[in-house]
Amino acid sequence: MRKLLPGALPLALSLLVWLPLAFLGGGSLMSALELSGYLGPVLSDTPGYAFWRLLPCYPTLAPYVELLLDSPEFFVMFWNSVKLAAGSLLGQTFVAIPAAWWFARCSGRRSRGLFTLYIILMLMPFQVTMVSSYLVMDGTGLLDTHWSILLPAIFSTFPIFIMHRFFKAIPQSVIEAAQIDGASSWQIFFHIGLPMGKNGVAAAMVLGFLEYWNLIEQPMTFLKSKTLWPLSLYLPQITAGKIGLALAASVITLLPSILVFLYGQSYLEQGIMASGAKE
Amino acid sequence: MRRPSGGTNPWFLLPSLMGVTLFVLVPFGDVLRRSFASAMGGQAVGFANYTAVFANKAFRLAAANTGRFLGVCIPILLALSLVVALCLYALGERAALFKTSLLIPMAVPVASVVLLWQVLFDGQGLTNGWLTGAGGSAVSWMDSPMAFWVLVGSYIWKNLGYCVVLWLAGLAGISPSLYEAARVDGAGNVQMFFWITLPNLLPTLYTLLVLSLINAFKVFREAYLIGGDYPHTSIYQLQHLFNNWFRELSMDKLSAAAVVVALVILGLIMLLRRAWDKED
Repeated sequence: MRKLLPGALPLALSLLVWLPLAFLGGGSLMSALELSGYLGPVLSDTPGYAFWRLLPCYPTLAPYVELLLDSPEFFVMFWNSVKLAAGSLLGQTFVAIPAAWWFARCSGRRSRGLFTLYIILMLMPFQVTMVSSYLVMDGTGLLDTHWSILLPAIFSTFPIFIMHRFFKAIPQSVIEAAQIDGASSWQIFFHIGLPMGKNGVAAAMVLGFLEYWNLIEQPMTFLKSKTLWPLSLYLPQITAGKIGLALAASVITLLPSILVFLYGQSYLEQGIMASGAKE
Repeated sequence: MRRPSGGTNPWFLLPSLMGVTLFVLVPFGDVLRRSFASAMGGQAVGFANYTAVFANKAFRLAAANTGRFLGVCIPILLALSLVVALCLYALGERAALFKTSLLIPMAVPVASVVLLWQVLFDGQGLTNGWLTGAGGSAVSWMDSPMAFWVLVGSYIWKNLGYCVVLWLAGLAGISPSLYEAARVDGAGNVQMFFWITLPNLLPTLYTLLVLSLINAFKVFREAYLIGGDYPHTSIYQLQHLFNNWFRELSMDKLSAAAVVVALVILGLIMLLRRAWDKED
């Protein structure tokens, strides 16, 4: 009994995670007819209450076929999402990794003050910087282009904070040894910093991907043309009337982030822990 | 001795610093200026925009709701995640599957969650079906103060795993010798929890407070996708207000409100930091 007790609460909470996923997965394999039988009261105001079966009675791939073959706009949105997530992460590799390295290796008072500023910027919610970002994008004519999302993401200070922890863990003696051997600061960065800090880079990338795959506020504010929208913003639009399609689209949107999550879970955990390390 | 200079090459920082200056610092300075200027013409108006913001009914409602949301959901989240972390800590190696499960919501797109919420919490949705089936009466979840609790639930569902991982890291950092010494002195489990575990988790608590505060602002995604621009008044938050002012292009009020929110968050962080530094 004493052994079972600590498992009960986590098990109950885990069910609250697994059941919604089963709902999405199972629902995406149901025909429109079956779905409207269960969810009719929600979808079309037929009397009574909705009910649900975990497994479809007549499994079908029809929603996926319709989504993948007959919904060209879905591909546009999917591609938009890929572009925004990949572009943000790619930009960060060129901007954030060297900056994180610099902060980890500099211990002067000025660099510490600057780092505090970076942390404060990292902690500001989108709504605070929304107006200023809008003014810049409007002034540079980048409004309603993907750049209005990409540029703020590329210069985000969050990945710098995460990676900085990992770079800082590299012993100073290793770096001094390389200096004595005559290595330049770039050689040290590429041959010592990057290989030894790669977990930190991976952690920041996993956390970043989950964030950028899920953008709502930024595209909503900066993108007027619907053809530029990412999946995360497009998905809620197809709910009405086409719940089967929405479920299938949900599952397909979910897949890349679940894969990144399962593949990178240990990095994710390391990243979360790094976000919590004392500064 | 020469200061080791490996990596202090300023070129490493330059791209980032330029980007942050151009895209964040300078524009925020502009917002600060605008917060003291009129929307039309831009002449200085002193604190007029600020008084307009504080006198605004929608702002008061939104600020009160946001405060209430933070005040309710952060304590619940921190306490629940601590209990779960203690359970997982007691389970040891076997807890891995639970930890994975609880982290998954971080990867689930908000839009999928919202789809589920619509089916669950519609007036004729699944929860009401179960409630009436069990002899209870239906609840109008999204058009009543219950909407607030649905949102609190969404926030906890999403952030629980994150917090559990941080608590677990904190727990793993407590030296076992402390417990052994206490046990030798005859301390019971409850005593050890209050005198060893909790005090040693204080640094983790600080971090979690800051992070949960920041993540609480992201719950707007759920609130917006469920309720649109004007949801039930119990979940009308600052983020909705910002969004609506933005659509109306009320740049004067928006600038002043952004400065106010930034100052409040900065103040909260400083306060937490000071409390924490005292602890050390």
